[in-house]
Amino acid sequence: MPSRRVLGDWLGVVPFFLFAVAFIFWPAMALFVGAFRDAQGGFTLANIVALFQPFILDAYWLTIRVSLVTAVGGGIFGFLVAYAAILGGLPRGVRTALTTFSGVASNFAGIPLAFAFIATLGRVGMVTVLLRDVFGLNIYDRGFNLYSFWGLSLTYMYFQFPLMVLIISPALDGLRREWREAASNLGASNVQYWRYVALPILLPSLLGTMILLFGNAFGAYATAYGLTGGSLNLIPILIGQQVRGDVLHNPGLGYALALGMVVVMAVSIAAFSWLQSRTSRWIRRGA
Amino acid sequence: MAFLELVGLTKTFGATVGVEAVDLAVERGEFVSLLGPSGCGKTTTLRMIAGFEQPTAGRILVGGEDITARRPNQRNIGMVFQAYALFPNMTVADNIGFGLKVARRPAAEIRARVSELLALIKLEEMGDRYPHQLSGGQQQRVALARALAIRPQLLLLDEPLSALDAKIRLSLRNEIRAIQRQLGITTLYVTHDQEEALSLSDRVVVMNRGRIEQVGSPFEIYNFPHSHFVASFVGTLNILPAEVVDPDAGIVRAAGQRIAAAPGLPGIAAGDRVMLALRPELLTLNRSEGMDNHLEGEVETIAFLGSIVRIQVRVQDALIALDEFNNPNLDLPAIGDSVAFGFPREACLILDGSG
Ligand SMILES: Nc1ncnc2c1ncn2[C@@H]1O[C@H](COP(=O)(O)OP(=O)(O)OP(=O)(O)O)[C@@H](O)[C@H]1O
Ligand SMILES: [Mg+2]
Repeated sequence: MPSRRVLGDWLGVVPFFLFAVAFIFWPAMALFVGAFRDAQGGFTLANIVALFQPFILDAYWLTIRVSLVTAVGGGIFGFLVAYAAILGGLPRGVRTALTTFSGVASNFAGIPLAFAFIATLGRVGMVTVLLRDVFGLNIYDRGFNLYSFWGLSLTYMYFQFPLMVLIISPALDGLRREWREAASNLGASNVQYWRYVALPILLPSLLGTMILLFGNAFGAYATAYGLTGGSLNLIPILIGQQVRGDVLHNPGLGYALALGMVVVMAVSIAAFSWLQSRTSRWIRRGA
Repeated sequence: MAFLELVGLTKTFGATVGVEAVDLAVERGEFVSLLGPSGCGKTTTLRMIAGFEQPTAGRILVGGEDITARRPNQRNIGMVFQAYALFPNMTVADNIGFGLKVARRPAAEIRARVSELLALIKLEEMGDRYPHQLSGGQQQRVALARALAIRPQLLLLDEPLSALDAKIRLSLRNEIRAIQRQLGITTLYVTHDQEEALSLSDRVVVMNRGRIEQVGSPFEIYNFPHSHFVASFVGTLNILPAEVVDPDAGIVRAAGQRIAAAPGLPGIAAGDRVMLALRPELLTLNRSEGMDNHLEGEVETIAFLGSIVRIQVRVQDALIALDEFNNPNLDLPAIGDSVAFGFPREACLILDGSG
């Protein structure tokens, strides 16, 4: 009985759909509706218009910059680390250790991460003090500040690059030895192999991972809050201020800010997908 | 002087010996196969010639020039891998043109060379396809064209057909051989398929445990194997333990009978234990006049292998296979029948008793 079979096939994914409806579609709808509602529950465009105040536009721009910098920086660094561990001829154990570390570190975010950085690189952090007292190097005099754009970016890198390692490792494993050897056999230098063969093959995965890293940083709230206590004007922090009922309480604006984030993410994903489709024409489709 | 010379080529991986003291000379334009069981060092030998492995000892000379220390991309040697070595991100045409592109040849020259090679491998229509849109056999043809595009001085193929199914394997190997003849390119072909090696090669190099067992034409390798290993690896072989009776007259005793082998057994004395080896196709069912030897036994199995019928006969402890050409009038015995079979003294290979 085919219909029974079909029912059975779909039954297995019901929990997923329930989950998706409850935690993705429903909140997204609520967000959308909330962004167009005033305090009395009537329709309004005021929340959306409010998004275009300079300090909110600045916040979007700062959030995008942090996300872009840490996605690209973490992406490149993670790629190089994974490359060294997998293709660099290191002992097998290095790779296992790196994978374990990456698994943990990519999930180490929020207040504990912020605290860890404050305790090491803050004004009286261990490393800061050590550098100052032992090496006579005061990094805060030299322009470093953990509570600034670059400090925050550095902190984000801590979970960004391990995520890159985790995601790109299988792709690096997928580079066949024969490709490198065939290229070299045909007279290609190592640089030519990377330029014409390895990078084009990895590019779709690299782009896919970058967008993931971008999103990862774009939505990060607790780390930024823990680190700067709201002194850096990031969108997730602004949203927090609107919905946590203190002085700035304005849930409607919070919804609108979140909707703006959805739009930014949607545009980025669309841009990345377009790039990806351009770089992956050779990949088997369907089948 | 030979075009390709391997001199005392040795490769060890820690305690494992991959290739040991291989000496080989290949003439210009020759097609030579490396044949041997898995792990005997065929691939390692080829990879040293291509430059992917550095020999532990020994030298590699091409056209009289020592290339042992040269980097792989400075050797101008074409290689075809077992499978999946085409660049997946490039079209067929770009794959074939890759070697010329990295050598910075003008685009017009690359285009011309690519279409020449597409014609050679009969895939003119497929230049714009990606590798995954080709069958396995087509992919290997492209891999061959890609290797040939740079006009290499030497062509190396490492089991290029082993991932393909039997029919394509047969047609493609003939195609490879035809192209090789047409271009006159010196070729080293690795395979563990003895039929492939025998049917394609000018000469066959039989390897075992990192060493060369025998080098010779297919005819020599098949009919005059120097060792038990070569004899049993190439073709099917029946082995009977035997004792030398009269080495000068070529008389041995096997299965309780006097057997007349070819006279003049070298380096062997009366009373030595040896192996009497018999090819199935040289044994004839039933007694007949003019056969030097006959043995008797009981039929155990009869198997149709298409053009031949293989009959297995138990002679004391040994099971002897004999092949008859299949034909509708063949008068086959039944399983369990007592039968005799005959063979001429030239059919007897006397091999070292230690095996
Ligand atoms: N990189 C390596 N490290 C350690 N041992 C190796 C390495 N490469 C080859 N060997 C060993 O060297 C020997 C020869 O291997 P090789 O691959 O040359 O055999 P082969 O004749 O090509 O076998 P096959 O028919 O299975 O391909 C084997 O014992 C193998 O285990
Ligand atoms: Mg091999």
